[in-house]
Amino acid sequence: MKNKSLVSINDFTRAEHVRILELAGAFEKNPRQHILQDFVVATLFFEPSTRTRLSFESAATRLGAKVIGFTDSSSSSVQKGESLRDTILTVSNYCDIIVMRHPREGSARFASEVAKVPVINAGDGANQHPTQTLLDMYSIRKTQGSLENLNIAFVGDLKYGRTVHSLVQALCNYNTTFHFVSPLELKLPSAVKIDIKQRNLVYHQSTDLLDVIPKVDILYMTRIQKERFSDPLDYEKVKNTYVLHNEMLAGAKPNLRVLHPLPRVNEITTDVDSNPMAYYFTQALNGVFVRQALLASILGVVD
Amino acid sequence: MEKEDLRKELKVSAIENGTVIDHIPSKNVFQVIKILNLSEYQNQLLIGTNLDSNKMGKKGIIKVSNKFFKSDEINKIALVAPTATLIIIKNFEVVEKKKVEVPDYAENIVKCFNPNCITNNEEIATKFTVIDKKELKLRCHYCEKITARNNISFR
Ligand SMILES: [Zn+2]
Repeated sequence: MKNKSLVSINDFTRAEHVRILELAGAFEKNPRQHILQDFVVATLFFEPSTRTRLSFESAATRLGAKVIGFTDSSSSSVQKGESLRDTILTVSNYCDIIVMRHPREGSARFASEVAKVPVINAGDGANQHPTQTLLDMYSIRKTQGSLENLNIAFVGDLKYGRTVHSLVQALCNYNTTFHFVSPLELKLPSAVKIDIKQRNLVYHQSTDLLDVIPKVDILYMTRIQKERFSDPLDYEKVKNTYVLHNEMLAGAKPNLRVLHPLPRVNEITTDVDSNPMAYYFTQALNGVFVRQALLASILGVVD
Repeated sequence: MEKEDLRKELKVSAIENGTVIDHIPSKNVFQVIKILNLSEYQNQLLIGTNLDSNKMGKKGIIKVSNKFFKSDEINKIALVAPTATLIIIKNFEVVEKKKVEVPDYAENIVKCFNPNCITNNEEIATKFTVIDKKELKLRCHYCEKITARNNISFR
């Protein structure tokens, strides 16, 4: 994976995904290794995302790399009207790898074509966020022992959630049985279902969360945003339907784990946090190991 | 020459050698010229638009002297002129007639329908993979969204 940019989850093959997850496992055992001390990592956040940026910077710093960059475009030359092309060309001179977040879809692909160094996409608008997908895969594999043949439920906003779309795409490689639980207004788009159908995988769609819980190994929760509804009354009708309470997990399989890309608002009540099935905070920690694995392998320090 | 014949002759003025692109939707004649870079063309070039057509009502036609297009070059116009027919002329004779075919890729012809796509916000050539030729569905190389027949527009 040396010098390879990661823009979309499908830029890496299934074997490369597996390798990243293995390396992430090694970094989890030994997260402080100064193997990147000769490298400069640039984190270019054209829109703020503190959580993702800190995770990358923590990953880079724990491996001994120097981190440069900006945290939002108001503090950079972008404010003065510089094109993305010029910013990327300039920054390429100062670093060995670029991690970027940008509000426009396709920005990371374009940057990867312009830059002289590899680019890791840390979110391009509503399009892709592949490091989130990899950390989700890592979390699923770690809690279930394998990615193969699992029953995975996605709950909430399945229409606009890019996290859901990329993870569904990636899981199509592992004979997953999908359970999609959402209000009718926020159903999974048919473009995402194409992948599932092409591989003849089984998927179920429903509006009933409680009904699905006993059937699945992973419960992947997402937030339903009010802005997504054209009629506020429709939002009021469903807003409490897709909230997970601790007692709802009573009938779950013992291996079930609850995932959430965070930040959570109210879709998982805090009484779930102390349940051993709650995994979302550990999931966020796993992001650091996955990002260490990506930085180290793309910079060519590990194979 | 009779007046009627003369009129007809002027309308469809023949070329000795070259390519006639017929049955272009009238409104897209100038798109075709742009895609094929014909505004810079140094040889004889005849352009007709809003001509009467039995098949299409109104049509456009372009006659390009001394030019025989490669198929991947000419097929680019299928996106703006799917109805176009190509007539290859040698020594004033029609030697071949064919239809244009929708290409596998489209570079810098189509505009991405997604307003938040980077190609609509920076100076970037658009690139699309045609994922469905019949329904005309194109996947943007940058934002990965699908532009389809009902929301297609041209650069
Ligand atoms: Zn696009």
